[in-house]
Amino acid sequence: MTPLLDVRDLSVTFAIRGEGDMPWTEPRQLRAVNGVSFTLNPGETLGIVGESGCGKSTLARALIRMVPAEGRVLWQGKTDLLSLAPRAMLPYRREIQMVFQDPLASLNPRMTVGQIIAEPLRTHHPDLSRAEVKARVQGMMERVGLLPNQINRYPHEFSGGQCQRIGIARALIVEPKLLICDEPVSALDVSIQAQVINLLAELQRELGLAMVFIAHDLSVVRHISDRVMVLYLGRVMEEASSTELFSHAAHPYTKALLSAVPIPDPKAERAKRVIPLDGDLPSPFRPPSGCVFRTRCGLADADCADQVPLLQGNSKHGLACHKAWVADSV
Amino acid sequence: MVSASLRGRGLESLPLDEVKGRSLWADARRRFLRNKAAVAGLVLLVLIAVFSFTGEWIAAWSNEEIDFNVIGSAATMGMPSFENGHYFGTDDLGRDQFARTAQGTRVSLMVGLVGTFIAVVVGTIYGAVAGYVGGRTDQIMMRIVDILFAIPFMFVLILLLVMFGRSMVMIFIGIGLLSWLGMARIVRGQTISLKHKEYIEAARASGVPGWKIIFRHIVPNLLGIVAVYATLLVPDMIMTESFISFLGLGVQEPLTSLGALISEGSKAITQGAMWQLWFPFGFFVVTLYAFYFVGDGLRDALDPKDR
Repeated sequence: MTPLLDVRDLSVTFAIRGEGDMPWTEPRQLRAVNGVSFTLNPGETLGIVGESGCGKSTLARALIRMVPAEGRVLWQGKTDLLSLAPRAMLPYRREIQMVFQDPLASLNPRMTVGQIIAEPLRTHHPDLSRAEVKARVQGMMERVGLLPNQINRYPHEFSGGQCQRIGIARALIVEPKLLICDEPVSALDVSIQAQVINLLAELQRELGLAMVFIAHDLSVVRHISDRVMVLYLGRVMEEASSTELFSHAAHPYTKALLSAVPIPDPKAERAKRVIPLDGDLPSPFRPPSGCVFRTRCGLADADCADQVPLLQGNSKHGLACHKAWVADSV
Repeated sequence: MVSASLRGRGLESLPLDEVKGRSLWADARRRFLRNKAAVAGLVLLVLIAVFSFTGEWIAAWSNEEIDFNVIGSAATMGMPSFENGHYFGTDDLGRDQFARTAQGTRVSLMVGLVGTFIAVVVGTIYGAVAGYVGGRTDQIMMRIVDILFAIPFMFVLILLLVMFGRSMVMIFIGIGLLSWLGMARIVRGQTISLKHKEYIEAARASGVPGWKIIFRHIVPNLLGIVAVYATLLVPDMIMTESFISFLGLGVQEPLTSLGALISEGSKAITQGAMWQLWFPFGFFVVTLYAFYFVGDGLRDALDPKDR
């Protein structure tokens, strides 16, 4: 099966100009994403986890060329999205849609819900009649659990969860093949989170969507993802199927992350050993040499500073570490 | 599946007429109408506008007719009276001040509104494009604005009027050329802060072309600020025109403006013909105040967070 998305060695570098820099000062280079590769099959969900500032959102934006990126993003094994002219990119913008983090901020406050949801439809199918657009918008509203008679209301008249449903309706109205969800539930209450996650999972099953699901909440990722990728400072630390990663995490960073997830059982929670991560995320302007995680890693020694660990292993479980092996999972 | 669950809960029996939403504009209108000073200002402005357009029909004398009974002795004969039809008195030439004030108010309002209209259209589009495109385009566009700002405006306007003759068109051109600069700067700053909102990103991600983003997403969200700034710009324009007219460089006779009338009236007070100053001056002050009150009300209505 051809993968829907085949990402090879994707890097994003920002040129940062300091406050008060002279026009001829060389801007500082910030590598937000560094050599990330993965494939995504139709209907599959890839979860991306990591701390704040590890490049999750930048990676998602690089896929749809909202930020300048290098590398290759092969769509259905044929087209390299990064090499396309902006105009040639347009049909692919229909195939790949995005759901954003802040539900209210992602909706234009001056437009009605109907106008907001119809916008991608009007962009990609300008020939549709008014009545047809309205019928489709109302059908989509019903599908995401909104009352179709609310079509003329404005975003501020809805709750956060409803706003996120509007955002999902807007993304799905053009029947995309891939949905990129950038922390779609982290701004919502826990009870609403579950509703939105279940809605996404249900719509995914019905429509055969592939998803890239970004989150920093591991239990959410575990629930929805087929495969999970762990990012740290713009590099992939570990990548495995969801069950494999949550049962046999090998990378010390993944282990530390998993140990921090609360268990909803007081006894087990008290007995649990949390692996503390000392210090802060290093500055992305000057990432550590060799393994970027070595400054906070319990296993690190002198070797780790020399060489960048490559992502090794099989298609089921990949790992980028000098000191840990996937072998202990067998 | 979801719809089935909605029906399962019996929601289909609810009246499913389309609900009309309350837009931010409707909210702002409600807040504005609750503001008594602003509404009073608006009512005054409407009355003044109506007076300026219909005053010449009501007047017993046209603005060009000369009352030969009064000419030469305006200070003693030309005072306001209902008997001879000069409700606001006459000027030194025996022309009816009521008709002249109506005409002058109309000219002043027109200069203010046309100047502001140019500022709103040019300034909004220029500023939104500069802010949205950003980078080098923004740098070049805003440096042009800086350079134009550095030119002494009044000096250029006076030169224009002296070189190309005094006319309404010349005043419109002169004021229009420079009135949009401040608007462009304000709009650019707002656009830059709007540009990074997620709904703009959402539109870009789904492939909406740049000019549509500017007109569909950015401009409607700017209009609040633009409306406030525009209402405060109108009195500015009126003031500029009046200053030019006071210097004797404004519109040409038989046209007149409030500034020109005030200028004439201020010469007449030495002879005791106070009405020649008070009537145009009163209209001038009331108009400016009304605009400021409306502008204040708009700011409160459109930006409730600022209070």
